[in-house]
Amino acid sequence: MKLNELKKGQLATVSEINANRELKNRFNSFGLVKGAIISIDGHSLAKKTMEICINKTHIALRASEAEKIEVTV
Amino acid sequence: MSTKTETIKIALVGQPNVGKSALINSVGNARLKVGNFSGVTVRKEIVRFNRDGYDFEITDLPGSYSLTDYTIEERVTKKYLDDSEYDLILNVVDSTNIERNLYLTTELLALNKKIVVALNMTDEAVKEGVDIDEVQLGKILGVNCVKTSAVQKTGIDDVIQAIIKTYNLRENRFHLQFSEVFEEEITHIVSFLEEKKIKCKISLKALAIKLLREDKETYLRFHEEPIWTELQPIVNKAYQHLYLHYDTKDLDDIFNDEKSAVAKGAVVETVHFDKEVKQSLTDKIDNLLMHQFIGLPIFLFLMWGLFQLTFEVGSIPMDWIDAFFASLIDGTKSYLGDTELASVISDGAIAGVGAVVLFLPNIVILFLGIALLETTGYMSRVAFLLDGFFHKFGLHGKSFIPLVSGFGCSVPAYMAARTLKNDRDRLLTLFIIGFMSCGARLPIYVLFVGALFTEEQAGNILFLIYISGALIGVLAAKVLKITVFKGDDEPFVMEMPKYRLPSFKLIWHTVSAQAMMYLRKAGTYILLASVLIWFASNYPKQIEMEQEFQVKIEQTQNEETINALTNELALYKLENSYLGIIGHASEPFFAPLGYDWRMAIALETGLAAKEVVVATLGVLYGLGEEHDEESSGLIEKIRANISLPAGISFIVFVMIYLPCLAASMVFMREAGGWKYLGYLFVFTTATAWSLSFVAFNVAQVLT
Repeated sequence: MKLNELKKGQLATVSEINANRELKNRFNSFGLVKGAIISIDGHSLAKKTMEICINKTHIALRASEAEKIEVTV
Repeated sequence: MSTKTETIKIALVGQPNVGKSALINSVGNARLKVGNFSGVTVRKEIVRFNRDGYDFEITDLPGSYSLTDYTIEERVTKKYLDDSEYDLILNVVDSTNIERNLYLTTELLALNKKIVVALNMTDEAVKEGVDIDEVQLGKILGVNCVKTSAVQKTGIDDVIQAIIKTYNLRENRFHLQFSEVFEEEITHIVSFLEEKKIKCKISLKALAIKLLREDKETYLRFHEEPIWTELQPIVNKAYQHLYLHYDTKDLDDIFNDEKSAVAKGAVVETVHFDKEVKQSLTDKIDNLLMHQFIGLPIFLFLMWGLFQLTFEVGSIPMDWIDAFFASLIDGTKSYLGDTELASVISDGAIAGVGAVVLFLPNIVILFLGIALLETTGYMSRVAFLLDGFFHKFGLHGKSFIPLVSGFGCSVPAYMAARTLKNDRDRLLTLFIIGFMSCGARLPIYVLFVGALFTEEQAGNILFLIYISGALIGVLAAKVLKITVFKGDDEPFVMEMPKYRLPSFKLIWHTVSAQAMMYLRKAGTYILLASVLIWFASNYPKQIEMEQEFQVKIEQTQNEETINALTNELALYKLENSYLGIIGHASEPFFAPLGYDWRMAIALETGLAAKEVVVATLGVLYGLGEEHDEESSGLIEKIRANISLPAGISFIVFVMIYLPCLAASMVFMREAGGWKYLGYLFVFTTATAWSLSFVAFNVAQVLT
């Protein structure tokens, strides 16, 4: 399952990040690493962007970026 | 004791929003200055103070989540840490979010420098039930960890003592402990290097890590050495083991995994989370402000309020400033008499600088608003709310603030674009800010719309001008994105920081720094430009003609005839001044748009400041200099001299072409060079010309 398919309030574990090196480093520095537990805070109006929470850090990202993150619920 | 005091050079490093600036402000005394723009620090600032017999020199580096090349901030920080001379790193850490912060700390540890870690925001951590064993954490990381709170000013002295102690440590051991598998490979390489008696500035362990990280410089160094033939197989074997163990061949992945593991491990061993906090204040506020449906309206309302405030409250001191400069001009003239010197000082320098200083109140209020948005953490939410819409046009959610500021004045708008971290996004935003019609263009619109349309139509036309300007802007963004700034979309991954009430000191600092920068510009560029324009419109002197007119004026008694003659003289002088010559020369360029030489000159003086356009038209259409947009005389003259198609085409040109000199200079500085100003000039002029051409011809067909 991909991160952008989750609904508000759901919890999931990151199983894989399929991004390029730059973006992956960025994710990593926010604590978004393999095995991290994510909760979904919410989406913007057209679901183009979403807010997630990892270990107290709230992160906003586009659906197109969330697509690159594989999760297991 | 007359020994020379030692200077400890400190690099201050931390992730964004950890209170670095606040901490540094509370370290020394009130006299130290940190020229740090909240959230938009691109330059690094240096602070000096003296304590306990040492001179401290702290370089405040921009907030970075990690040492990568992702943002300008991170690049600046990384470059400084790699290339500059400093004695130790002071790493400021947010105690309430320690695991993520320690990720950066592990990267700093890998640099093999002396480090002191300040566990900041201890007060908040205590409230949230986060209990950190700083002694144990220090042992694990092999560095001094000190609990601090910049807000409550606690632990500051301990940091100073820790810095002095660490500075005086002779030995700098490499403390970072990776996982067992990793350490094993490192040990292999280190023991080989030891056997070969390799000498190195950094510790052998750090060297081994560099080898494993495929660090280019390290490889270059060894590649030429005979030892390489022996070293290579050892490193290769290490890689094979690591690949096997981590099930990936991506070294970055492996290292990032290691760093996360170190951070996580340290947290597990030293941090105790007391209670599960139900819902933080931030979450509660976000439930409202980030709401799927009402979040956006709330934001728009806040922005509306800010702009109301900017122009309503801002107009009060503006009247005073206006009066002050007017009296200054009169005073200068009466003091120096009717001389050339008096004219260049009052009509050139003071008038020009005054016109810019006039907008200072608006700028201060606007920046106060923006600083509040930024420092409270609301800005990131706004970017989140708007990114969906903006992304369609190739813009970033954060582009919103600079673009909206552009309706007020392009100068602060260009400066506000600094909130965009990514170069390409920032440049794209900078290029289209000019499409948002600034306040100084309003008089021109009022004049032309009043002259060419009926009163009932005027309001709607004015609104249409602003809206279509903005629409052309976003469309231009799309075009630029497809053509010039093409390439992959920059990812939108942002932290939503906790809401915080910023300290008065920080806000004051940010706003006063912006205001000073604006004033400094008024005193330099604008001063120069005003004098230049004064010169170009007053020279060469037409002494013969002046005398001729003087005689004629003296001969007549009729007030009206005198007025007409004075205007005729002014017109003659301007037409034959350098400015007039330029206007005539550029007439062919503007002819297809329906303009005569007078409109051409007005546009050209408008390059200095848009306010000048109306004044120039007033002079050129023979009315003397005292004209603003409300003078019905000028409106009638415009109506009589300029056709509707030419007028519409003129409005379109004004909407789009290059902003004033002041703004152009700021643009150049923000974009990073003359080159970009050249691009902007070509881009805006070409767009303005073509659209005006279309408008002129369409209007001609329709009327």
